[in-house]
Amino acid sequence: MADMLLEVEGLGKHFGGFTALEGIGLAVRAGERVGLIGPNGSGKSTLVNCLCGTLRNDSGRVQFDGRAMDGLSAHERTRLGMARSFQLPRPFGSLSVAENIRIPLLYTVNARAGTHLTPAALDARCHELLQLVGLAEKAHRRPRDLTQVEMRKIELARAMAAEPKLLIADEAMAGLSHSEIDDILALLFKLNERGITVILIEHIMRAVMKFSTRLVVLVAGRKIADGDPQAVMRNPEVERAYLGE
Amino acid sequence: MAVSLDLLLSAVVAGILLGGFYAAVTVGVSISFGMLDIVNIAHPAFIILGSYIAYIVNTRFGIDPILVSLIVAPAFYALGAAVYQIYHLAFERRGDESLRGLAFFFGLLFITEVALILMFGVDYRFVDATYVGTTLHYGPIDLPLRMLVPFVCSIALLIGLQLFLSRTFIGRAIMAVSQDRLALQLMSADPTRIKRIAFGLSIATAGVAGAFLIIIQPVEPSVGRDYIGRVFAICVMGGLGSFPGMLTAAMLLGIVESVTATFYGPSWSPAVAFGFLLLTLAFRPSGIMGR
Amino acid sequence: MRTATFWIVALLVGAVVFGLSLLVKNQYYFFAGYVVLQYVVLATAWNILGGYTGYVNFGTGAFFALGAYSTVVFYKLLPLPVPVLILIGGVVSGVIGLGMGYLTLRLRGAFFSIATLAMAVVLQTLITNWEYVGGSRGAYIIRPQKAPILGDYIEYLFLVMLVLAVVAVGIARTIERSRLGYGFAAIRDDELAAEAAGVPTLRLKLVATTLSGALMGMAGAPLPYYVTYLDPGSGFNFAYAVNSIAMPLIGGMTSWIGPIIGAVFLGTIQQLVTVTISSALNLLVVGVLLVAFVIIAPNGILGLAQSWLGPRRR
Repeated sequence: MADMLLEVEGLGKHFGGFTALEGIGLAVRAGERVGLIGPNGSGKSTLVNCLCGTLRNDSGRVQFDGRAMDGLSAHERTRLGMARSFQLPRPFGSLSVAENIRIPLLYTVNARAGTHLTPAALDARCHELLQLVGLAEKAHRRPRDLTQVEMRKIELARAMAAEPKLLIADEAMAGLSHSEIDDILALLFKLNERGITVILIEHIMRAVMKFSTRLVVLVAGRKIADGDPQAVMRNPEVERAYLGE
Repeated sequence: MAVSLDLLLSAVVAGILLGGFYAAVTVGVSISFGMLDIVNIAHPAFIILGSYIAYIVNTRFGIDPILVSLIVAPAFYALGAAVYQIYHLAFERRGDESLRGLAFFFGLLFITEVALILMFGVDYRFVDATYVGTTLHYGPIDLPLRMLVPFVCSIALLIGLQLFLSRTFIGRAIMAVSQDRLALQLMSADPTRIKRIAFGLSIATAGVAGAFLIIIQPVEPSVGRDYIGRVFAICVMGGLGSFPGMLTAAMLLGIVESVTATFYGPSWSPAVAFGFLLLTLAFRPSGIMGR
Repeated sequence: MRTATFWIVALLVGAVVFGLSLLVKNQYYFFAGYVVLQYVVLATAWNILGGYTGYVNFGTGAFFALGAYSTVVFYKLLPLPVPVLILIGGVVSGVIGLGMGYLTLRLRGAFFSIATLAMAVVLQTLITNWEYVGGSRGAYIIRPQKAPILGDYIEYLFLVMLVLAVVAVGIARTIERSRLGYGFAAIRDDELAAEAAGVPTLRLKLVATTLSGALMGMAGAPLPYYVTYLDPGSGFNFAYAVNSIAMPLIGGMTSWIGPIIGAVFLGTIQQLVTVTISSALNLLVVGVLLVAFVIIAPNGILGLAQSWLGPRRR
């Protein structure tokens, strides 16, 4: 089990009387490309929030990179190498695009032992990341001046700036055009090539099928399938969940 | 031993009566904060305004203060609707509520207090109602009418509001908007209009509660500030949006304050409310009977 | 402007202000100037938690008064020079800020704000019941005959407050440009995203609350020597709370310059209104300006100036 980057066992979360997640188990190997799908309200975002520490899970445990995540806050988990992008982009509105990328560099990369960046190196890294997402010319603009797809890219760039081992992309492609989706997908492939494990949460099936080496399906807070994408999609339960009862 | 038990009993009874009144004071915030998520810290200012209006009309025309407050309640409702409209246009729409909204209400609180000081000075004002001096006695229990009448009226107010919110269309729409804005839009009710009605209602209750206040105790402009801690402590402790919870919390607070005042002196009351607030925030933010 | 330039300018401005005051030789100028400088410190202190980090503190009066009352306590215990009293006032109020923050900052910003308001009421109640510092009757302080520098004690206090103002503004500016400032801004803009980006939000918020409270306490420490009589009503005066919010808001909350603009602008207006009309009316003016600015010009005078002068060159 030494190369399991993420291990989730029996994860449960409820809000009052409503059970959002129950008995979720997941094991992700380093370097994998995992697709996570499920109908609206199936608990995908809740799962992301529980993994990343934004929400506290009520039961079960999360182990990342060999360490138990219980009780760790979101910022501590990010520092340990787990980064996420938000479904609805949450940029820092009063800061420029470049400064948005700077925050994780200052607080994650610089906070890790042995990787302190000088101001010059920080600037260079900012620039490099912006170039990677193709937004280098907009470095000094405000997020409110950006288009939807550009904001999504900044979301991803900000998650990447934290130099994660695991990147969870939460519906980064919703509402985008065909070519924009290809853009984001290409970016995610590039990241994976660099060694970053990616969990892609999406509704857009062609992107998920193209990207994932493994597919996990969540329905009503439970995991109903987990395995090879083609096999999973032929699973009758999965068909039923998507084509309706 | 028997003497202090009697004292304790009167303190508890007084606390219950006080608690009922506190619930009337808080019900408006239960609506604006609990249901509409608007942090109206100026709520006590509207209460004090209600107190002073009741005082003026009562002194000039001799009309019972509670009657006055019922007569001017529509005006308070209109005031509340106007304030909400400004709040909505200036802050809610821009998504700027937190800091600027707070500063806005704080400004209103302050302006009201200073305006009242300018108009009336800092002397305590009180009203003259037929029942203010009378006390009913039932064995060891004293029920001063100046506390009993507001208590009864407060309970009536709470029951009335509860019925309104659960039985009428608008009332249910208000409950709905607190839970799901989108669903409300799909029902083709305008969320902004519903919120405006709700906020107007919350300020109307403040006006009425003001009349209760000035019957219970003399009032001067800065009294409002003592109530901010109490009101939000009760709201949080009782669970946002739950009337029975709020009433329980209000009575609890009333009893503890009353007992503390009886045995340690009245100047510690604000500390009691604040202590409650801190304890609740630290240990049970969702309240006793949370949503 | 570059850091070295800032400090040179600050020292020059300080020297000019002080030099003018020596020339004018008008007691009123010293008194009014002291008040404005005090507000520069309070507004700057408030802004570190409010404008930079996004958490509204309604209890400025309490932090300020605690600084003043710790001076009263030491006046009765053993006499200490004013700079030491300032440090003590800072520690006392800083600790209270830390405690308050620890209890309430895990929750929504609104609860923190309400708690500061309630706390102010409670602390005032406690001090009013504390006989050692005079309780509700207040305490009398006798100014020393001679000041360590300059001779006249009022001039000395003015100089002390001037230095404190320069220090406070310097701290604010240093924060703004530092990693800490970026962290604060991230918290203000989107706390959840800041957490996800690795910002230790709770820790930074505690830093902001402690620092802000400490500076307010420092501003309050010389007060008893300035007014020679202190009672809870004047120490905890609500005007401090309102002004310390109105000044940064009206001046501009995103920069260290804003609170200074607000303090000078609002402070001057208040002096004029007090002297020409009445002192109660001047508070009304502050309240109305606060509400007007928050609705119409939320970025303050600085924001207005920046939009008139064209796009940001940040």
